[in-house]
Amino acid sequence: MSMASTERSEATPGTAAGDVLIEVSGLCVDYGLGEGAVHAVVDADLVLRRGEVLGLAGESGSGKSTLAYAITRLLRPPGLITAGRARFRQSVDLLAAGEQELRGLRWNEIAVVLQSSMNALNPVLRIGRQITDVLRAHRPDSGRGARQARAAALLEMVGIPADRLGNYPHELSGGMRQRVMIAMALALDPKIVIMDEPTTALDVVTQREILEELMALRDRLDFAVLFISHDLSLLVEIADSIAVMYAGRLVERADAAAIFRAPRHPYSLGLLSSFPPLHGPHRQMEGIPGSPPDLRGTPAGCSFHPRCRYAFDKCRTDPPPLFDLDGAPNARGGAPGRAAACWLQDGTRAVPAELARPESGTAGRPEPALPGRPEPGRAVPGRPVPEPVVPEPVVPEPGTAGPGGGQP
Amino acid sequence: MRMIARRIGLYVITAIVAITVNFFIPRLMPGNPALAVIGRVQASESTQAINALELQYGVQTKTGIWGQYVHYWNQILHGNLGTSLNSYPASVGSLIRAALPWTIGLVGTATVISFILGTLIGIIAAWRRGSWLDNVLPAMTFFQAAPYFFVAILAVALFATKLGWFPQSLGYDTATLNPGLNWAFISNVLDHAVLPALTIVLASVAGWTIGMRNMMITTMDEDYVLIAQAKGLPKRQVISYAARNALLPNVAGFSLAIGFIVSGALLTEIVFSYPGIGYLLITAIGSDDYPLLQGIFLIITFAVLLANLLADFVYAFLDPRTRQEA
Repeated sequence: MSMASTERSEATPGTAAGDVLIEVSGLCVDYGLGEGAVHAVVDADLVLRRGEVLGLAGESGSGKSTLAYAITRLLRPPGLITAGRARFRQSVDLLAAGEQELRGLRWNEIAVVLQSSMNALNPVLRIGRQITDVLRAHRPDSGRGARQARAAALLEMVGIPADRLGNYPHELSGGMRQRVMIAMALALDPKIVIMDEPTTALDVVTQREILEELMALRDRLDFAVLFISHDLSLLVEIADSIAVMYAGRLVERADAAAIFRAPRHPYSLGLLSSFPPLHGPHRQMEGIPGSPPDLRGTPAGCSFHPRCRYAFDKCRTDPPPLFDLDGAPNARGGAPGRAAACWLQDGTRAVPAELARPESGTAGRPEPALPGRPEPGRAVPGRPVPEPVVPEPVVPEPGTAGPGGGQP
Repeated sequence: MRMIARRIGLYVITAIVAITVNFFIPRLMPGNPALAVIGRVQASESTQAINALELQYGVQTKTGIWGQYVHYWNQILHGNLGTSLNSYPASVGSLIRAALPWTIGLVGTATVISFILGTLIGIIAAWRRGSWLDNVLPAMTFFQAAPYFFVAILAVALFATKLGWFPQSLGYDTATLNPGLNWAFISNVLDHAVLPALTIVLASVAGWTIGMRNMMITTMDEDYVLIAQAKGLPKRQVISYAARNALLPNVAGFSLAIGFIVSGALLTEIVFSYPGIGYLLITAIGSDDYPLLQGIFLIITFAVLLANLLADFVYAFLDPRTRQEA
C-alpha cells in the first residue's frame, strides 16, 4: 500500500462551492428539555469539503460525537437539535430530511465508523451478512452473487482474506473488526466517512497500520473524512484541517499544520502539550489542569477560563465569539478560515508568545506522515510547543493576509 | 457438534442423579406401601391380603437396597412407574399419561401464546418508548402481581357463572361427551380451555413484556443498532437486529417456563378442576399417594431437563458466541 498518492485538492477558502459536502452553521444540540437541558453543542459551524480530512478534537464530553451524530441525524433521545442548519451538498437540508430521504443518504453518501468495533458489529450475524445487508438495502437490484463478490472484494481491500466473510465478529481480533467496519463503511463508495475515535480502542501498532491503510484508501477512493478524536497530535498527522471543541463550543479552527505549529487558543495549546509528539525529540508533557466542565452548569464567560492560565477579567464574564483570524469572511455558511474563540485574539491586546507563534506558511499542510513512515524530503511537523521551534522559515507572503493572525 | 455431545452427556448425568434421589427419598420414610393401601381401603387385615399387596409393591422380596435399586432402574427403563395407592390398581404411568396431554395442551399453549405476545409487545413498547403502550404496562403488571387464584376465581365468577360465556370447570363436558377425534369433542375441549388459558396469559404476559422491553431498550443503545440505522437499513430490519439480541435472555426464561409447564399451572388446574398433572399432583399430595407423587416428580424433572436441553440448542442457534466451548 503506497503512500505515494494523488495530490489532494487544497482545502483553502475559495474553492468551488460544489466541493462543499457538508456545511453546518449555528448548530445547537441539547440533551433534555427545558430548565434541565444540557447544552452539548452550542452554535457550531463546520464545513467539510470533497476529499478533505477534517479533524474534530476535544476531550470527552466536549460535544464532538454529539455534533457528528446530529449532522447524520443519528442522535438518540433525549438528544435534540434546537437550532442551526446542516446541509449536504448545499441542497439537502439534513435537519429537515424525512425518513426516506435520510435512508437514501445514509451509507450511500455518509458512512460511519465507531470507536468500538466489538459493539459496532452485530454479534449474532456473520460479517458477510452485515456487509451484504447494506448492499441489499441500497442496491435492491444487485444479485446475491454480486453482493457476495462485492463483500469479498471489500474485505480484501482492507487486508482480510475473503474466507473470513463466514466468521462471526467474536472470531476476529480487534484490529480485524475495525478493518471490517472500514470495509463496510466503504461498501457503497460514500462521499463522506465519519469516524468516531476509530482507532482509540486499538493498540498503537494496529492503530498505525489501520490509519495508514485508511489514508491510502482515502487517497484512492477520494472520500472525505470527519475524523473525531481526542488525540490532537494524531489529527495533526492525518487531517487537512482541524476544529477543536470545548464544552460544546468550537474554540479553534484552522489548517492542521497551522494549529500544530501555532495554536491560537489556550485549550488547543494545552491539548497539544498533553500528547507526546509522534515525531521529533522527547519533551516534557503538560496536562491541562482541572477537568472539563459539567455541561449542566458551564462557567460564566469563556467556559475554559477556570482551567486557563492566561485568563483575565473579561474571560470570566463575557463568552468570547469565534474571532476570525485570517481576514477572510467568517465561516457562517462560508469557508472555514482560521478562527479562535479567545479574548486574547480579539486584536486589541498583547498575545502571549506561545499563542502568537507564526504559522509556517499557509500552504504548510502536513502530509500523512505516519509514525514509522517518515518520508524523506517532506516537511515533517517539527518540535511542538512549548519550545517555539519552527521547522520552516517564515516567509510572509506579500499580497495575502498575514498568516500570523494573532498579531494585531 | 462436540458442544451438543457434551451437553447431552451433562443432562444424562443429571437425569441419573435425579432418578437415584427419587429412588431413595421414599425409602427414608417409615411404614410400607402395602400397609398404606390397607389402611386406606379398610380391607380385611388378613395376612394373605397383606402378603399379596406386599408382593405387588415389592416389600417382601428381601432383596437388598442395591438389588432394589437395580430393579427400580429396570422398571423405569421399561416405563413402569409403579402402582398408585389412591387409584389402586391403576398404574402411575397410566394416570400420568391421561393427565399429561391436558396440561401440555392448556398450559403449554398458554405459555407459548404469552411468550410470543409479551415479547412482541415488549419490542414495540421499547421501540415506541414513551407512547401509550407505556401506560398499559402497569395494568399488565397488576394482573401479574395480583394473587393468581383470586384473579382466576373472579374470572370464573364473572365470565363463566354470571355471563355464562365459558364453562366453569373441567377439561370437557364429561356428562355428555366421550373423548374422541370428532369435532364435537374437540370444540368442547377448546371451549373449556379458553378461560383458563386466558387467565394464564393474563397473569404471565407482563413478565415477558417487561423483560423484553428492558432488554430491548438496553440493546437499542448498542452501537450495532446505531450502525444499522446509519446504514440506512429499513426500519423493520433495524428493529429485528435489536430484537434478535434482546431476545436471548427471554429465550432462557422461556425454556425454564417450558420445563414448568408439566408441573402445570397448579392453581389454574385447581380453580378450573382441570384434569391435568397439577390437579393430579394436588390429589396425590392430599391422599399420600407416594408412588404417584414419585412418578409425577420424575416426569417433572425430565421435563425441566429436556426443556433446558432444548433451550441450550436454541440458544446456540441464536447466539453464535455460545457455540464455542471454553
